[in-house]
Amino acid sequence: MDGVLNMGHAMLESAPLVIKDFALLAIATGKRAQNLRELRDQLLAIHADSIYYHFWGGLLHSRFEEREYNNDFAAWARRALHDKVLAERLSMVDASVHGDLEELREELVEIIEQRLDEREVLAWTQPDRQFEFIRSQAVVFRTEQRFYTPAELAGFIGQMPLGSIFYHFIDARRRNPNHLDDFRVWLASFGERYTGLKSRLAEIDPYFTSLTDLRTRLAEAFSANP
Amino acid sequence: MTDLLKSYATVVGPAVIEQLRQLALLLQHLRVVHVNSTRLGGGVAEILEKLVPLMRELGIDTRWEIITGNPEFYHCTKAFHNGLQGKAVEIPTEWLANFEAINAVNAERLRPVLEEADIVFIHDPQPAPLLRLLPKRQGRWIWRCHIDINRPHRPIWRYLRNFVKDYDASIFSLAAFAQPLPHPQYLIPPSIDPLSEKNVDLSEAEIAEVCREFGIDRERPVILQVSRFDRFKDPVGVIQAYRLAKAYLPSLQLVLAGGSASDDPEGEAVLAEVRQAAGNDPDAHILLLPPDAHRTINALQRAADVVLQKSLREGFGLTVTEALWKGKPVIGGDTGGIRLQVIDHHTGFLVNTPEGAALRIRYLLHHSEKRREMNLKSREFVRENFLITRHLREYLALMVSLMYQAEDRIELV
Repeated sequence: MDGVLNMGHAMLESAPLVIKDFALLAIATGKRAQNLRELRDQLLAIHADSIYYHFWGGLLHSRFEEREYNNDFAAWARRALHDKVLAERLSMVDASVHGDLEELREELVEIIEQRLDEREVLAWTQPDRQFEFIRSQAVVFRTEQRFYTPAELAGFIGQMPLGSIFYHFIDARRRNPNHLDDFRVWLASFGERYTGLKSRLAEIDPYFTSLTDLRTRLAEAFSANP
Repeated sequence: MTDLLKSYATVVGPAVIEQLRQLALLLQHLRVVHVNSTRLGGGVAEILEKLVPLMRELGIDTRWEIITGNPEFYHCTKAFHNGLQGKAVEIPTEWLANFEAINAVNAERLRPVLEEADIVFIHDPQPAPLLRLLPKRQGRWIWRCHIDINRPHRPIWRYLRNFVKDYDASIFSLAAFAQPLPHPQYLIPPSIDPLSEKNVDLSEAEIAEVCREFGIDRERPVILQVSRFDRFKDPVGVIQAYRLAKAYLPSLQLVLAGGSASDDPEGEAVLAEVRQAAGNDPDAHILLLPPDAHRTINALQRAADVVLQKSLREGFGLTVTEALWKGKPVIGGDTGGIRLQVIDHHTGFLVNTPEGAALRIRYLLHHSEKRREMNLKSREFVRENFLITRHLREYLALMVSLMYQAEDRIELV
């Protein structure tokens, strides 16, 4: 994303947005938890990629119903342990505000330990409802798609592969030093020109939707750009 | 792009084929071998039949080898299968000795190919000892388990684990099947081939002809289960569910269509049990089909109103995917890989008993709108998750990961 490009008669001062595609390869860790204490103990030692997977990997899976909780830990607390209090607390953990996954791990462990202190009885789940820790390997594919202006991107984003949406809008928050998605980082390179569009993108909460819906909302945001 | 890849691009889109091409470019110099125990019958053979040509099409030198055995060998491996799925089986010592001896014979026969291979996929327990028998092997070996080993009979798993633990990686369909093993365990669900005889679109005339051949009346409702005659597929439970539902829907017809696999010696005995359970009911059609009756099965699935896969244990259940691809609601056993595919109220229903299955049969046959709604969702669900192109992409990514010792991210630049 560097250099000045001559596109026909327009001199564009910003680098193109180079679109990539993305897939996750899931790997079982063999680590499981059947109660909250086991979840805490496994969380303390689990590979950081596993925490990433359980926050974001679900978005790459097909879903017919809206995502009630924004991470697998909260969903398991509710559905397997039937602990609504813990599920509510875990569901408000925002992975994107943490500098790295170790900070996120600390917050999760803190919430779980607080809940362990509060409860006198340890809730167990059935063996076939255990929390299965999975980690993932990301595969990033190149594409031939390059966009030089937000107007160009607006015409394409509605058909962008869902893997690309994940890579540029979700995964980017882990890669970019300021935890922003790639679209906003790219728009910033145009100076103040697209402040409104950046604000609209910031309003899109990626947690509670499917990638298909997310793509639609991104397309709407880009199309609304004056 | 070759014609074969172009034909897949029409189903899954060119971006997916481009992903395969990018991964395959890193694997052009490799020799890959898949090994299993049958070329005909069963899900593994069906997958390899398509996966191997596709890998070749992408420029990867890929072979498919099978091991052969005597009847005692297949009795032993069937007992392994049952034991891994949780049945408390005891295997005579002489069967185990024969199992190892047969593998030794196959190792000698396949030695040149397997020792030179860069990547070897060993499918299921039957050929698992080959790794230990070939100490001069050069490549990476991957054990691909297609079986539901969520809660295996411990003595069986302990015996097989000794052969499996030295592999470089293993592949399971679900996280729940993963076992304590000293290597990475990848999670890759199987898939169907949308262009195969089993899944291509058929004309109404062809579907009608198949129904006529087997005496199935298309004016009346049809429920269908397609599976090997195996007790874990619970064919007798399906007959019970049919009987319970027929009390409310007298016109109901059942089709139980089973193929056979050359590595499954129990099929005949189970078929006899099924025939006895069905009795003389003219509306219960028990069909023993040859392993290559793909178009016939395709037609039966398309003719059915509701498809069942009432397994008690199931590694994945390709017949579920096949039915969903044809837009049929599936009533599936609440177990193993079926849980990945049957999403309650969206693509079908998960059930635990013949009574539960009967209730859902009645529900679905009374709610044609619900069936239509499921029809629309199911095909897209399979397109996104369970087609062979996704399966192949994950195999290729795994191969790249092993060969290049990738960490958490593979960037194709």
